[in-house]
Amino acid sequence: MDIKILGPGCPKCQQTEKVVRGVVAESGADAQVEKVTDVMKIASYGVFGTPAVVIDGEVKSVGKIPSAEEIKAWLEP
Amino acid sequence: MKERTKLLLIAGIFLAAYYIPWSHPVIRQSGLEAFMMLQEYAREHVLTCLIPAFFIAGAIAVFVSQASVLKYFGARSKKVLSYSVASVSGSILAVCSCTVLPLFAGIYTRGAGIGPATAFLYSGPAINVLAITLTAKVLGWQMGLARAVGAIFFAIVTGLLMALIFRKDDAARTSGQIYVPDAGDKQRSLLQDSLYLLTMVLILVFASFSRPAAGATGFWPMIFAYKWYITTAFLVILALMLKAWFTRDECVNWVESTWGFMKQIFPLLIGGVLVAGFMLGRPGHPALIPEHYVQYLLGGNSLWANLFASVAGALMYFATLTEIPILQGLIGSGMGKGPALALLLAGPALSLPNMLVIGSVMGVKKTATFCAIIVIMSTIAGLIYGSFAG
Repeated sequence: MDIKILGPGCPKCQQTEKVVRGVVAESGADAQVEKVTDVMKIASYGVFGTPAVVIDGEVKSVGKIPSAEEIKAWLEP
Repeated sequence: MKERTKLLLIAGIFLAAYYIPWSHPVIRQSGLEAFMMLQEYAREHVLTCLIPAFFIAGAIAVFVSQASVLKYFGARSKKVLSYSVASVSGSILAVCSCTVLPLFAGIYTRGAGIGPATAFLYSGPAINVLAITLTAKVLGWQMGLARAVGAIFFAIVTGLLMALIFRKDDAARTSGQIYVPDAGDKQRSLLQDSLYLLTMVLILVFASFSRPAAGATGFWPMIFAYKWYITTAFLVILALMLKAWFTRDECVNWVESTWGFMKQIFPLLIGGVLVAGFMLGRPGHPALIPEHYVQYLLGGNSLWANLFASVAGALMYFATLTEIPILQGLIGSGMGKGPALALLLAGPALSLPNMLVIGSVMGVKKTATFCAIIVIMSTIAGLIYGSFAG
């Protein structure tokens, strides 16, 4: 599973990355978490607000810090 | 931070501590001015102006739905709407450039195109609530108003010019699905939300109501005499609204987002005030930079002074709100009103680091055009404002 956190480095984006990494480590899911900070790459996903979470190419959340429960639900196969 | 940067930083601080002639009278005076200016901000501006403004910014970030604004930036939305929304939405969407840039890239590549994107890029940092209120409080309401009106007007004209100059290569943009933040569930009507924001704006206005000129009679001195009663009345109304219309979670979110802005902006502002005080001093008190330099470069309302202010503002990086103490120091040292407005209009929207990012999104040619348009228009606006305000 390939998880991307989109955000140019604002505090909210960093917090999102922390929450996602925490949930991934806790659930033991087989996933790579990658932070995308380049604004053109962020725009190429069609995302109009950051932080955003993209899992396997699918945009899951935009413009907010997702809750741990939401992330757990996305990680389930 | 890389280890090497840390080393360079520490070496720099060491060399400054070692070589700066701290006992020199000018340096002593400048150091004192830095803290006198900090005290002026702490006493005059923080409690009555900045704190309410932070709560308003926090409320806007939490309760105003971003989705409702962003839908006007889609590829198929009406152009008139895109431009008008872009020019004012900075007050809703952006307090720092870290939200502006991704959104700009999105609008440019996937959405409404270069015109609305550049309009938004300009208006975003220029007309946010915090910047306008503090400008009006510190530099006078005329300057605050000129800044707000100028920024909205500039945003539209810049966007239109960019769209006109580069009308051909808009086709190269990709189309595709766009994702905007969720709208979220709304429990309140638009009227309730507006009343809530209006109450906070009124609290801000009355709390920071300044003392009218001595000897004035009639309406304004009367308001000034009762301002704390009026403010308290509005605070009670606000408390009732919060109790009746808002859930506990929403109030917690509101306070958290307000606290987020404060954490982000206060340290920058304190730094900015200290630097401005050290370099320029409070009005009427000289500091490190001699006043005749400032008067020579930026005094009066000549074309040269306005142009210099625009270009300097465009290149310099101002962290959120720090442009205000710096300008206060400059005006106190003899900068003209026109050049001051020119710097306010060109400054926060552009900076050297910012230009590099914009350049990576839309290319060098468009970025250069964008900067040139803003510098030229700021110069003209400065000339016009300077000839009115003197």
